[in-house]
Amino acid sequence: MEENKVLETGSEPVLDIENLVIHFELEDETVYAVNGVDMKLGKGKILGLVGETGAGKTTTALSALRLVPDPPGVIKSGKIMVAGHDMMKLTPAELQKVRGKEVSMIFQDPMTSLNPVYTVGQQIAESIYLHEENMTSKEAYKRAEEMLELVGIPAYRAGDYPHQFSGGMKQRVVIAIALACNPKLLFADEPTTALDVTIQAQVLDLMKDLIKKQGTSVVMITHDLGIVAETCDDVAVMYAGRIVEEGSLEAVFNQTMHPYTEGLFNSLPNINEDMEELKPIPGLMPDPTNLPKGCAFAPRCPYATERCSEKVPELKKVGEHHRVACSAYEDPSFHIARRSK
Amino acid sequence: MYRYVIKRLLMLIPVVIGVSFLVFMVINLAPGDIISQIAPEDATVEELAELRAEYGFDKPTIVRYFNYMKGMLRGDLGTSYITGEPVFESYMRRLPNTLALALASIFVSVVISIPLGIISAVKQGTWKDNVTMVVALLGLSMPNFWLGLLLIILFALNWGLLPSYGYGTFKHLILPAITVGTGLTAMLTRTTRSSMLDVVRQDYLRTARAKGVSERDVIYKHALKNALIPIITVVGTQLASCLGGALITETVFAWPGVGRLILDSVNSRDIPMVTGCIILKTITISIILLIVDLLYAVVDPRIKAQYAGRRKKSNG
Repeated sequence: MEENKVLETGSEPVLDIENLVIHFELEDETVYAVNGVDMKLGKGKILGLVGETGAGKTTTALSALRLVPDPPGVIKSGKIMVAGHDMMKLTPAELQKVRGKEVSMIFQDPMTSLNPVYTVGQQIAESIYLHEENMTSKEAYKRAEEMLELVGIPAYRAGDYPHQFSGGMKQRVVIAIALACNPKLLFADEPTTALDVTIQAQVLDLMKDLIKKQGTSVVMITHDLGIVAETCDDVAVMYAGRIVEEGSLEAVFNQTMHPYTEGLFNSLPNINEDMEELKPIPGLMPDPTNLPKGCAFAPRCPYATERCSEKVPELKKVGEHHRVACSAYEDPSFHIARRSK
Repeated sequence: MYRYVIKRLLMLIPVVIGVSFLVFMVINLAPGDIISQIAPEDATVEELAELRAEYGFDKPTIVRYFNYMKGMLRGDLGTSYITGEPVFESYMRRLPNTLALALASIFVSVVISIPLGIISAVKQGTWKDNVTMVVALLGLSMPNFWLGLLLIILFALNWGLLPSYGYGTFKHLILPAITVGTGLTAMLTRTTRSSMLDVVRQDYLRTARAKGVSERDVIYKHALKNALIPIITVVGTQLASCLGGALITETVFAWPGVGRLILDSVNSRDIPMVTGCIILKTITISIILLIVDLLYAVVDPRIKAQYAGRRKKSNG
């Protein structure tokens, strides 16, 4: 087990997920959304969770708050420790105390994440009021106004409703809600995907700033490698419900090992290289109700051999802060095209 | 907002004119008139003609309509041919009975149907949902008069627990209120369910849960307020139609409400009574629907913004 701890830093991890398996059990089929994910995150660290839509990133994040919709979502197995709380064993009342206080989440679409019939001030204050003992609703509202100022919205707008704000402003409100109680852990689920490019940078800077101030650990879910490079300490690449490569930012970006990670980089336009065209990954993600027997990426992998479809490769340590799940590396002379440059 | 209210109230004028004209014409087209009922049996042809002239029946219908409307402009809705009592007073004397029945049945149905509809939506597809929906379907398809008769047989005849007809005490109210309330409960349960179903999967409920809001508050505080608009619509229109008189139920239980007043007046061709009552009913219903529209703005800030926008537009 010692070699599995490449991402752990220092003391007790804020997030510790082990062997997480989540299925969505529908009437006539089962969606294998998350198939054995391990994840550890130290205090104040930012982990980039990268992968295509449907890779299981959001489901993994939701499970850490025990918010996977059930039915149909079932956490089949796994240990989820958040700031020392065993999330699988907490009662609903205990969960309510942890959510928002110890761990919170910023959702992808700010347009639909806010309740249209309450003012933004009320929505921020609710979180504060629920978690701060001995606080009157008036004091909570005052704190909510301060939170608004903190995310760059004038306090007098606390009495406005979500429909009176632009998308970027709404996302600031969502960030204010998520950070209102100084959580130890924050999941940011594609926090800038729904925003204009100009606003994206603003919101990202704001988040980075607040996270640094509060010492929050963050799991940044994104498919934008640019955001990862800019904000994260560590990276985990997810494919079909498994982590296929993880490590420090430098390790994953500069010593890329997994063919899928390579494919992600190749799909990005690069202004410094004179390329005729992009090299997207051929094919589609496998049907999550019917995953291939071996490596889920094998059908799309340019390096795939027969052994790839025989058994699922395990995450193996390949560097001090670097693990990869690819059976091609059983052959010591194997390297991907990107590395030969 | 005030501008909108005033506009809506002014719109009542053409509506009342239209409704009164239609009612007045239709009731005059119906065969038979009041004279044959009030004249003595041995009246001569001359005496009959005299009576007709006295009630104004010798003039064309359209002239009589204008005469009636002239009275209405002075606030006089006419007097009953039968009792000689002013229409307004008769209506107002019956209105409290109708109001009591309407409010009682709506209270019963709101108290039952909103929790049921919510449970049904939150537990969609479970046995709780299925049982609720089947019972609601039964309630919707059950004819009022039949349910009323069944209730009378059970509670009044067989068990002797409640009076079978009449009014005056709380006990008299129970059976009619259940009769009117059943259909309403069924409809409101279905409305609440479908409206909640639209809301329970919204992202903002997930945000609320992620904040640590309890499941109960997620449903009753965050979801229900968003689902209220269709519920208010149904309660409002039902209240409006109940205030117009629950005709069948009032007949079955001999409940002296507005509905029966209108029915009796139609049967006796009491033209001023019918026209006047229906005008008053129109005004009542319009005002309730206006209140419902205003409630939308209270519940949903986006609708309030629309009212403000409308005002701005008409100003500029």
